[in-house]
Amino acid sequence: MVRDIAEQLKARFSEMGVEVPLEEIEKKLDVLINEFRVPIEEAKRSVVSQYVRAPKSADLVKVKDIQSEGRWVSLKAKVVQLWPSESESIAQAGLIGDETGTIKFTKWAKSDLPLVEENRCYMFKNVVTDEWQGRYNVKLSRSTEIIPLEEDIEVGSLVEEVMGAIVDIQSGSGLIKRCELCNRALVKGSCGEHGKVEGIYDLRIKGVIDDGKIVQDILLNREIVEMLIGITLDEAKEMAAEALDQSVVLDAFKEKLIGRYFSIKGPRVGRYVLVEDIKSAPKISDQEVKKLITETEAL
Amino acid sequence: MLKREVAKRVFALEFRESNMAFKEHDDQYAPQYLLTPTGAKCNRIFIVGTLTEKEDVGTNTEYWRARVTDPTGSFLIYAGQYQPEAAQALSSIEPPQFVAVVGKPNTYEIGGEIVTSVRPESIQIVDADTYDLWILDTARQTLQRLKRLDEGSEDVTKAKEHYSPNIGHYKQMVLDALKTLSKGAEEVSVIDLSEI
Ligand SMILES: [Zn+2]
Repeated sequence: MVRDIAEQLKARFSEMGVEVPLEEIEKKLDVLINEFRVPIEEAKRSVVSQYVRAPKSADLVKVKDIQSEGRWVSLKAKVVQLWPSESESIAQAGLIGDETGTIKFTKWAKSDLPLVEENRCYMFKNVVTDEWQGRYNVKLSRSTEIIPLEEDIEVGSLVEEVMGAIVDIQSGSGLIKRCELCNRALVKGSCGEHGKVEGIYDLRIKGVIDDGKIVQDILLNREIVEMLIGITLDEAKEMAAEALDQSVVLDAFKEKLIGRYFSIKGPRVGRYVLVEDIKSAPKISDQEVKKLITETEAL
Repeated sequence: MLKREVAKRVFALEFRESNMAFKEHDDQYAPQYLLTPTGAKCNRIFIVGTLTEKEDVGTNTEYWRARVTDPTGSFLIYAGQYQPEAAQALSSIEPPQFVAVVGKPNTYEIGGEIVTSVRPESIQIVDADTYDLWILDTARQTLQRLKRLDEGSEDVTKAKEHYSPNIGHYKQMVLDALKTLSKGAEEVSVIDLSEI
């Protein structure tokens, strides 16, 4: 039984970015429960407080300074975006940001913290940093305090750079139509807001770039698409008209992009990087190969 | 929203020597992984190589079996009606041809032996430069995994317990792959035909 509780606590600690050996937790629980006859709930509380008590007030840092995991920090930031919750254990998740960039946050349901609102600024006291697939994020737990701020924070966009292979081009890419009233992409000729509308043609690519360690959704607007593929919007419309099928444009995009290496650069907005610059990866150099051979031989 | 899985880079030799498939949860929709001897935990892989053979082995519907080679060996690719785009691509591409394949590792058992193959999500024709980039990329990522074999991460520990990988063997694999990229040999064999 003590083992089960210890396992539970260990999982909870690691959710908070705190790694504690199972045996250590088990031993502490065992002493409290079996030796000192502390009720289970109290014993749990006691052990939790030993590990997850944040420092009285963690350092106030900027988003760009978050470069390690498992660190307690405080942030003054604006809620840029809230995302639909991925699981019951998460109360809220999204992006917060300050002048230096944005970072993902997760607020545990068990934290009992007040709800935050988009576009409002807060002091997030005592959050713990975490890393997932090479990107940092912060977790808001019971130790966190959220204080609404009156001031406004101008959120800077972090320019992201990825060099990898494009592994997917998603639906909604290619020759698309947008609503003439609100610019939303139409789905089956219909705008989510305005219903059936005539629509204006546009070119867009929603893709996925992958470097073997991280995957990143990318968005390419018409200007970038025209330059990259070498097909203008008018030419794309002609292609579609000739084939009596809009999907020929998408197929042409896929042919030129999927499975090839590119380097991309642009600001992150939500889950996407809005690509402002994209280049084919340069050919490999003899020097790179030789360097890697030397490195391998040294293993 | 489910997070998309990264496409890992592994050479054919290491892929063919992998036989440890697992799920992290019992849930039927839980992602399936293949753990390789150097500790790459693959739910998806990205391959560039030469399509050398293809055959429609289906009885009633099209079912393509293809072979994509890299400097270390070959990947088996199977695509049927549930991989329509990839099956379409295989029916139209004539080997030999450089292709890029994004797909899911798959394992099946034949006579007690586990065979690995790839269920492609997409297959596209690419060029020789892309093949070079992939070899370099895969060599680099394999080397990084080899260097991390003495760390105690979960994947590495599992891989070591299951395979007891021979580091020298995979080191040689990386070197063999890299040596196909060095230009030295080519330069010597250029003959100026105008002089003959
Ligand atoms: Zn509209």
